[in-house]
Amino acid sequence: MARPVQGLPSSSLADISFMVLIFFLLVSTMDQDMGLQRRLPPMPDPNQKVDDVQIKRRNIMVVRINDADRLLAGGSPMEVSMLKDKAKEFLLNPTNDENLPEKAEQTIEGFGTYPVSKGVISLQNTRGTSYNAYIKVQNELVKAVNEIRDDFAMQNFGKKYFALTEDQQRVCRDAIPQNISEADPKDTGRKK
Amino acid sequence: MAKFSRKGKGGVPELSTSSLADIVFMILLFFMLTTSMRQGEKKVTLKMPGASEIAKLERKDLAAYIYVGTPIPSEQGKYGTDARIQLNDSFRSVDDIRDFIAAERETLSEADRQFMTVSIKADENVRMGIVTDIKQELRRTSALKIMYAARKAGAGEL
Repeated sequence: MARPVQGLPSSSLADISFMVLIFFLLVSTMDQDMGLQRRLPPMPDPNQKVDDVQIKRRNIMVVRINDADRLLAGGSPMEVSMLKDKAKEFLLNPTNDENLPEKAEQTIEGFGTYPVSKGVISLQNTRGTSYNAYIKVQNELVKAVNEIRDDFAMQNFGKKYFALTEDQQRVCRDAIPQNISEADPKDTGRKK
Repeated sequence: MAKFSRKGKGGVPELSTSSLADIVFMILLFFMLTTSMRQGEKKVTLKMPGASEIAKLERKDLAAYIYVGTPIPSEQGKYGTDARIQLNDSFRSVDDIRDFIAAERETLSEADRQFMTVSIKADENVRMGIVTDIKQELRRTSALKIMYAARKAGAGEL
């Protein structure tokens, strides 16, 4: 007499998997790592002769943050909220102003020639600057570049920068470089 | 009333729990895919500055973390309230960053080393002096890809 095989009791399987689930909930985190990505300049070789690359004055905008988190951009004090427009004006130079950075025709692979701005934003801070203020300024500068890239992408590809293909994004990046230089520290301000 | 009388001796049939396991497994899988392992224990109070233009770190496994901030209250008796650098699970000085980066590099495969990103997680009240020191040290060890960790914030709350 063939007896039908009894089904295995599977009720405990749920308990076990619940336990595994709880374990994973405890040991894992959901927070994503977000932040402003930067590339530091390599350390200059000490044996190398000091051969500073001379950058013309009109091509450089100095953004300085002092101990009290006050901002000085391009020679005039301003609020953080105004910095973005100042940076955009500096990088775009729409009127080809004598005092704003020059542009150099550059051939971009897969696009053609485009007048690429030679402007460099030099970010300087003291030891007493708060990290919060520093990040805010960095954020505004990145925002300026991102908006210019978005405009460029809109004009040439009809889409926003993030919606472009890998290749088109490269074109945008080449046409509008993110030249933000974090200067070597100067030992000013109080130590902390 | 014979209509409603129970037939045989079986009571209410037991609720089938076999699918419960499947459902729980599905939730489990979801969590395993969307989360990542917690690494180490934070020993500093950390409130990251807000920023709107932040990008996601693509390869989390290639990241090394440097925490900067005031030690948490239980550690303050030992380490004071000044901002400190935390590498792995202990407070270190700027000079230890070199070894830390070297050790982190060692754990990565040859091909991935150039993509290593150092994520600086600093509290928003930290002074730039300590961050600048870290940056200089990273330049010396030629760990040039860095990320200033920040939390997402809209333009209004900046």
